Amino acid sequence: MTTLNTQPNFASAGQRPRHAYTPGDDFYDALIAAHRGLSDGQSELLNARLVLLLANHVGDLDVLREALALARRGVTAAATAP
Amino acid sequence: MLATYTWPRYEYRRAPELGAATLQRVPLVIVGAGPVGLAAAIDAAQRGLQVIVLDEDNTVSIGSRGVCYAKRTLEIFDRLGLGDRVVAKGVTWNVGRTFHGEREVFSFNLLPEAGHQRPGMVNLQQYHLEQFLVERAMQFPTIDLRWQHKLVSVTPGDDGVHLEIDSADGRYTLHADWLIAADGSKSGVRRQMGLDVEGKVFQDRFLIADVVLDGEPFALERTERRFWFDPPFHRGESALMHRQADNVWRLDFQLGWEADPETEKDAERVRSRVRAALDQQGFAHIGFELEWVSVYTFQCRRMAKFRHGRVLFVGDSAHQVSPFGARGANSGVQDADNLVWKLKLVIDGAAPASLLDSYDRERGKAADENLLNSTRSTDFMTPKSRAARVLRDAVLSLAVDVPAGRALVNSGRLSVPTVLTDSPLNTPDTEPFEGWMVPGAPLDDAPVRDAAGREGWLLAQTGSGFVLLRFGLPNAIEMAAIDALSRRRIALHPLLVLRPGERAPAGQAWAEDSVGLAAARCDARPGSTYLIRPDQHVAARWRHFDAAAVRAALDRATQQAPS
Repeated sequence: MTTLNTQPNFASAGQRPRHAYTPGDDFYDALIAAHRGLSDGQSELLNARLVLLLANHVGDLDVLREALALARRGVTAAATAP
Repeated sequence: MLATYTWPRYEYRRAPELGAATLQRVPLVIVGAGPVGLAAAIDAAQRGLQVIVLDEDNTVSIGSRGVCYAKRTLEIFDRLGLGDRVVAKGVTWNVGRTFHGEREVFSFNLLPEAGHQRPGMVNLQQYHLEQFLVERAMQFPTIDLRWQHKLVSVTPGDDGVHLEIDSADGRYTLHADWLIAADGSKSGVRRQMGLDVEGKVFQDRFLIADVVLDGEPFALERTERRFWFDPPFHRGESALMHRQADNVWRLDFQLGWEADPETEKDAERVRSRVRAALDQQGFAHIGFELEWVSVYTFQCRRMAKFRHGRVLFVGDSAHQVSPFGARGANSGVQDADNLVWKLKLVIDGAAPASLLDSYDRERGKAADENLLNSTRSTDFMTPKSRAARVLRDAVLSLAVDVPAGRALVNSGRLSVPTVLTDSPLNTPDTEPFEGWMVPGAPLDDAPVRDAAGREGWLLAQTGSGFVLLRFGLPNAIEMAAIDALSRRRIALHPLLVLRPGERAPAGQAWAEDSVGLAAARCDARPGSTYLIRPDQHVAARWRHFDAAAVRAALDRATQQAPS
């Protein structure tokens, strides 16, 4: 059974980054850029659409359930923190 | 006045050109005696150029400015003859810890792999660095340091630059064949020439408090850089704590755009912020004195071109970045490193002036990389919209227990040298090599032993001109061809890199690759040959020595017209 990959995993095909942080920073930059100029409501919709697209791409329900649980655990922990 | 530092006063001297009947023509003038201008002056003098340095002040930088000097910059300081002094006075640190609230979310260790002379980062107040640079510059009779000489007018022409300079004894003129503008972010040369610098101003303010502690939060050798998102002592903003020389500590507090700089500089207000930051870390027993307080904003921007005919812009005059990542002074010193050897060849008539266009190309790429990384760090630290803030906070919450989240935490991607991969001066590989020593990369250091058996470093044997690193013993025919290359107009200095037990022919420069790291880092086998530029970047490499290929690569690296 495949499990959720929680290790850094961003990469560009055929490219070998000189610095480990570069592909992740590239993604984050693109993500922030995708939100630029949107209202808060539009940003929420963008995030939701993105989750659904990526979930479909992953496909494996075991992996998705694991990701859902991990994501939720952090949220409820934050909600109960002082 | 600072408790830990007394500013030197450098002597004004009357200019010999005052009242001269004829216009004085000089090869090179540098405007600005900051770290970048002084590094350029020392480099120029070491390469045999006469240089005049103009500075409107008579001392080193006031207050607290640059702090962190990266490994590559320290290697350049070694080449300029002050590396030991900088490292001895500065604070070497390797560990950076990042907190979100009270929780640690990320840490990094700059501790480089073994076998490099210099550490990843050394912290030192800018005034100490500038003083060391001035004192080094004063060792050269060919550097004419002119304190309190203010450049007031710049008129570029085809054959040089006409300069008018104000001094206590009156105004005088100089005709400089070449001008290096190292006069900072508000460059007077840039303004005089009507040139733009484009980019964005970040709408945020930051408070700097430099404090002298009366105790040590951690021992010198365990010094950490600490960074906080939303710390309990400074809710909703970020903060940074960094150690400098003499137990002076830099605290940096994000204030937000609405903050009033004058209110924030109030000493009592600053003291209570510093006290809270120390107390929260468990340092309540440590007292402090304020050494320096200022409020700053910053910009991320660059000039479209760094070369304008005979005027060359270096450092902050050409490009400005946010302080997160230590990419300001570091990139400026690397500008000087890239420029001066080219200027020397052009002034000597050994290379066409178009070689200087490669300075713009190479350091323009470096500036873009620095701007990109410092802008990304800034965007992460100070999100510009609600959506950006939600995503940033999500990264921080994931970072606690998910490695993939930690990898996205951006509290400053620290200065690393740019690999000049697309440079027109590079000769592309024709054979496969592993590793990172691609054409355009700065040569990695490695421990070596000299002919007398003394321990030393590979980089120390490079940098005065073009060097041909040849791994393994050449045969007699190859040796004769290498000798011929060393007698060309732009001389090539051969350096044989040998395995323990091998001995070079009499009269040949060589180094013993005592632990094999030079060969490992260059993926070298016997016969592998590297062409190293005067700024220690790789220009070309081959699996076998071929004199014609080396000549062609050297011609390309110096932009000789095809013969």
